[in-house]
Amino acid sequence: MVKFLISIAGRFIVLSLALMGIWLLLSGYFDKTTLLVFGIFSALFCAWLTLHMGILDDDSVPLSVMPGIFFYWLWLFIEIGKSNFTVAMKVWSPKMSLSPQMIRVKARQVSDSGKATFANSITLTPGTVSVDLLGEDILIHALTEDLADVGAIEDMGRKVCRVEGTRHEKAQGKAEQGGGT
Amino acid sequence: MDNVIHYASLFLFAAGSFFVITGALGLLRFPDFYTRMHASGVTDTLGADLILWGMILQADGDWLLIAKLLIIMLFLMFTSPVSTHSIAHAAWVGGLNPLLGKELKHHDIAPDRDETKAPVEMPGGEEQNKGGAA
Repeated sequence: MVKFLISIAGRFIVLSLALMGIWLLLSGYFDKTTLLVFGIFSALFCAWLTLHMGILDDDSVPLSVMPGIFFYWLWLFIEIGKSNFTVAMKVWSPKMSLSPQMIRVKARQVSDSGKATFANSITLTPGTVSVDLLGEDILIHALTEDLADVGAIEDMGRKVCRVEGTRHEKAQGKAEQGGGT
Repeated sequence: MDNVIHYASLFLFAAGSFFVITGALGLLRFPDFYTRMHASGVTDTLGADLILWGMILQADGDWLLIAKLLIIMLFLMFTSPVSTHSIAHAAWVGGLNPLLGKELKHHDIAPDRDETKAPVEMPGGEEQNKGGAA
C-alpha cells in the first residue's frame, strides 16, 4: 500500500494523509464541516511548505523504515522494562555493588538517523548511556559489568541495521537507476 | 469488569510511583555523576510509562484521550534519551572523569578540557578492559 502511494505521487500524499490523521486525532472534530475543511487545508498547506522548502525527503518522511520500526519499538519497550529491574535492584540493595565500565561498540548503521536511533536506544535502556560518537564507534558508560554486555548491545545494533536495511538497498537501487538513464 | 480495570490502573499508578521513587533514591545513593544519570533513566522510562498506562486505563475507553496519551509516551521516548545524552556528552567533553571498576577509582580517560579542539584520542580497548577488571 505504502509502496503504491510512493509510486504515484510520493511522499507528498503520505505526508498530507498523516498530517490530516494527526489533526483529526488531536482535535476530535468529526462532524463540524467548516473546521474539517480548515483542517484539510492546513494539512495540505503544511505538506506544500515542506515540498517548497525542499525538505520532503526520507529524513522528514521516513517511509522506508515504516513497517519495521514499529516492531523494533515494541521489542525495545520490552528490553527497557527488563533492564529497568536490574537498575532498580542495584538502587535498593543495601550494599551497592557497582562496577561502572566504559565500552566502545561499533555502530554499523549507514545513515545518520540510523546511528541516532541506535545511540538513543542505548541511552533509553537504563544502565547504559551513550556518551560520545567517535567515528564508527559509540562510547558507552555502563553501570555494571553485566549491563556492559557488548554482545547484547551489538545485537541491538544489528536489529537497527535490519530496520534501516531496506532504506540502504533502496538508495543503492536508485543510484543505479540514475546511472543507467 | 469496571472494578478490575480500576484496580489494575491503581496498581499501575503504584508501580509507576515506586519506580519514580527508585530513580530519586538512586540519584541520591549512587557515587558519581555518570552513575546517577542511570538512576534518573529509571524515572523517565519505566516510571513515566507505567503511570501513563494507568492513565490509559482510567480514560474509560475514550480513544481520543488514549491516542493523546500514547503520543505523549512516544514523545517521551524520543526526548528523554536526547537530553540524557546531551548532559553526559557535555560532562565528558568538559573533562569529567568517571569512576570505573569495582573499586570505583577515578580513571583519567576523559578528553582534556584544554585540548577539546584537538582530535580526541581514546585509550585502546585493552587498556579499558584492564581498568574495568581491576
